[in-house]
Amino acid sequence: MSIEIDHVNKRFGDFTAIDNVSLTFNDGELTALLGPSGSGKTTLLRVIAGLEQPDNGRIRFHGEDATDLHVSKRSVGFVFQHYALFKHMSVFENVAYGLRVKPRGQRPDKAVIRDKVMTLLSLVQLDWTAHRYPHQLSGGQRQRIALARALAVEPKVLLLDEPFGALDAKVRAELRRWLRRLHDDIHVTSVFVTHDQEEALEVSDRVVVMNQGRVEQDGAPERIYDYPANPFVYRFLGNVNLFHARIHNGVARIGDVALEAPEFAGYRDAPGEAYVRPHDIEVFADRHHSGALHARIELVSRVGPTVRLELRTDESAHVVHAELSRHRFQELGLVQGGEAWIRPAHSRVFLPDTELAAG
Amino acid sequence: MSSSITAVPAEAVRSARWRRATEEPVWLKRSLIGLALAFLGLFLVLPLLVVLYSAFSQGLHAWAMAVTEPDALAAIRLTLLVVAIAVPANLVFGVATAWAVAKFEFRGKSVLISIIDMPFAISPVVVGLIFVVMFGSQGWLGPWLSAHDLKVLYAVPGIVIVVVFGTLPFIARELIPLMQQQGKEEEEASLTLGASGWKTFWYVTLPNIKWGLIYGVILCNARAMGEFGAVAVVSGRIRGETNTLPLHIEVLYNEYQFTAAFAVSSLLTGLALITIVIKSLVEWHDERRARRAAH
Amino acid sequence: MTSVNRTRSVIPGFGLTMGLSLFYLGLIFVIPVAGLLIYTATMGWPAFWAAISHPQVMASYKLSFTASLIGASVNLVFGGLVAWVLVRYRFPGKRLIDALVDLPFALPTAVAGISLVTLYASTGWVGQYLTLFGVKVAYTQLGVVVALTYIGLPFVVRTVQPVLEDLEAELEEASASLGASRFTTVRRVILPALLPAALTGFALAFARALGEYGSVVFISGNLPYRTEITPLLIVGKIEQFDYHGAAAIGTVMLVAAFLVLLLINGLQWWAAKRR
Repeated sequence: MSIEIDHVNKRFGDFTAIDNVSLTFNDGELTALLGPSGSGKTTLLRVIAGLEQPDNGRIRFHGEDATDLHVSKRSVGFVFQHYALFKHMSVFENVAYGLRVKPRGQRPDKAVIRDKVMTLLSLVQLDWTAHRYPHQLSGGQRQRIALARALAVEPKVLLLDEPFGALDAKVRAELRRWLRRLHDDIHVTSVFVTHDQEEALEVSDRVVVMNQGRVEQDGAPERIYDYPANPFVYRFLGNVNLFHARIHNGVARIGDVALEAPEFAGYRDAPGEAYVRPHDIEVFADRHHSGALHARIELVSRVGPTVRLELRTDESAHVVHAELSRHRFQELGLVQGGEAWIRPAHSRVFLPDTELAAG
Repeated sequence: MSSSITAVPAEAVRSARWRRATEEPVWLKRSLIGLALAFLGLFLVLPLLVVLYSAFSQGLHAWAMAVTEPDALAAIRLTLLVVAIAVPANLVFGVATAWAVAKFEFRGKSVLISIIDMPFAISPVVVGLIFVVMFGSQGWLGPWLSAHDLKVLYAVPGIVIVVVFGTLPFIARELIPLMQQQGKEEEEASLTLGASGWKTFWYVTLPNIKWGLIYGVILCNARAMGEFGAVAVVSGRIRGETNTLPLHIEVLYNEYQFTAAFAVSSLLTGLALITIVIKSLVEWHDERRARRAAH
Repeated sequence: MTSVNRTRSVIPGFGLTMGLSLFYLGLIFVIPVAGLLIYTATMGWPAFWAAISHPQVMASYKLSFTASLIGASVNLVFGGLVAWVLVRYRFPGKRLIDALVDLPFALPTAVAGISLVTLYASTGWVGQYLTLFGVKVAYTQLGVVVALTYIGLPFVVRTVQPVLEDLEAELEEASASLGASRFTTVRRVILPALLPAALTGFALAFARALGEYGSVVFISGNLPYRTEITPLLIVGKIEQFDYHGAAAIGTVMLVAAFLVLLLINGLQWWAAKRR
């Protein structure tokens, strides 16, 4: 079942939560809505679910207009950030709830409900908790029960609001891999909201980056990471260094370094900004490579297998962050306070005001 | 507090002079506890004991006679009738208001909450007066009522309406903070699972507010049965007809039938004690739930 | 007064519950109260002024106001003490005592009235000892104070208790580690934190005492100019079918109650802001 969002707007008082968004979520895909808090991603999810009413625009499920359909008639599975499990019901009763509240005519009989609930509980690997209460479970277990509960009504789409946001780092990492595998098994169209770029990139088939109620970029995770559409996406997806450059005939220059920027072929001596990820900064101990910037190593921090450097170039007042493997670091024989030469291996160049013009 | 003390081996740190930074010296502690208990003994325990002692001072038989005498039974019947109307009415009002206030945003919400609080601050006598002015012979509706041979004042309807007014806030005030604190996520979850509004209220909201609701009803009931000033003004004190239990107690007391007055009082005192026991149970239940949520 | 936000919530029932609530409040509360105020307004200023400024009425205001103030003040001090003891110390029977604090709230006022007068009469359990010192409580102004203290007892305890429970121990430890004595810590750190809640409880107890009737009539003796509280005067006027006189004094009491409520709302707003 595909979901089509057609020119949707939503305001809360003076605050624009969703600013004319159009998107299509394809059948069977697992999509991440990624953005900082206040970017409108949760509101968009709640609009899809029918928990919020859009000010205008339409929501279609598989081509059929669902905008005015009440949430209880939409057949969406919604997983809440804080689980929203019914405190006074056992795990079994929570999962069975959606089946038990069906109108008498459509309600399955007791044995069917029982089988279905137990099947779902084994799917989330928690069949042994059936007679426990939510407060007796850990956060990660509660979230899996919430998922089983949402799946019990055989939703046409599954919507997850920051599903792992309230969990600690280790459980979060385990659970998101588990979600990926689960999605590969059940293949229901799913959308999940997250502010964690690593989670979005790891789990999803597709990432939609949102900011200030608008879609900044929409595409496959690798594409989003390797080719951010604008400085916002660049900054939001991990650390990034910014170099001031001059663009001339499709080449951007930072000091002695020349970077290809074919999209700016027609520009003559224009100011530009080059964005480079720390691990895309090549570091050398000697000058022998042509086109490198001279820098001083101000700080060396070792974090597990990687080493992070803070360097200051001769031209720049900014600190440049570089990341390399421990192995490579030892090979080069770099020391804190010593010299180094750096060169961006991979970069994207934007005009300084692109951020304002973006979207 | 206590657990942190027991966690430390007592002999290891506790020298005779060692004292926690947030603690007072023992002599001061004991004096403060003594002073507080003396105050509470004088103002809480003694009045309670005096009721129970006086009620049974002439023996169980005298007590039973006093509470089963025809006028007493009439007062009990009338009181039960009044609460049977007033409490359900305020229950429906309380639940509806708490639902509107806790689950929705609207302008004027704080004004609404303040208005609900008002009957609590208005003197019971003024409550009675308000309805005397409304229904009395020289009041707004008095002439019309007597022309149609309807009796409100000095009759059961008048008593019911002042009791409803006087106990209006209790259930709503108990439920509003409770439902605000519960939020609306569970209700939203229920709706996404296909449940209707009524089913959501019945299966999700109601079990969550059950304990607060029970206490609200019990408190409302106790206050309704004990309502005195307002009922005294509108009832006309017709013996065996418009005397509720508190008015019956007043009549007995003024006729120097002290034992009987206290015997009837002991019924209402028992009700008050049950009310505070249920309040303690509700609080104990809440504490347990808070501990569970914290873990 | 109320208007629905334009954005519709998915949770149903706003129209039904809000409509029911407003209809009920209007019928039971707003219309009857307005009825009293309009009734008073019809009597004209001179008659109104004469009714509310009669010396007997003035004497009753003075008694009601003063006795309520004293009762609430006693409760401010002892209620604060009780809250402190219940939150901070452990002693046998604590849970029971804690539960009993609500008794004056749940016990019918008439029962409280006859029980207090029995206790404090010159032959009563407490009264007989007070008589030895020449102190008379029953049928005096002191009796009014005792009754009003009794009915206001739960309020300060119940407003201060939760604030005291939530008070972080770190604050006191910080104060102590900075060299403050225990007394200074209590005075400079704890009391200011409790102040808004304590004053709210004080105002609630005062509001309740101003309008109290049942517990007072038995112990006060009801002597005009001496031990007659304002609500009793209203009852007297109603019994003599002087509706206008009663309505005038009732309006004064209604305004007083409204002002105290306004004060309480202000205090609660202050307390919430300080949290």
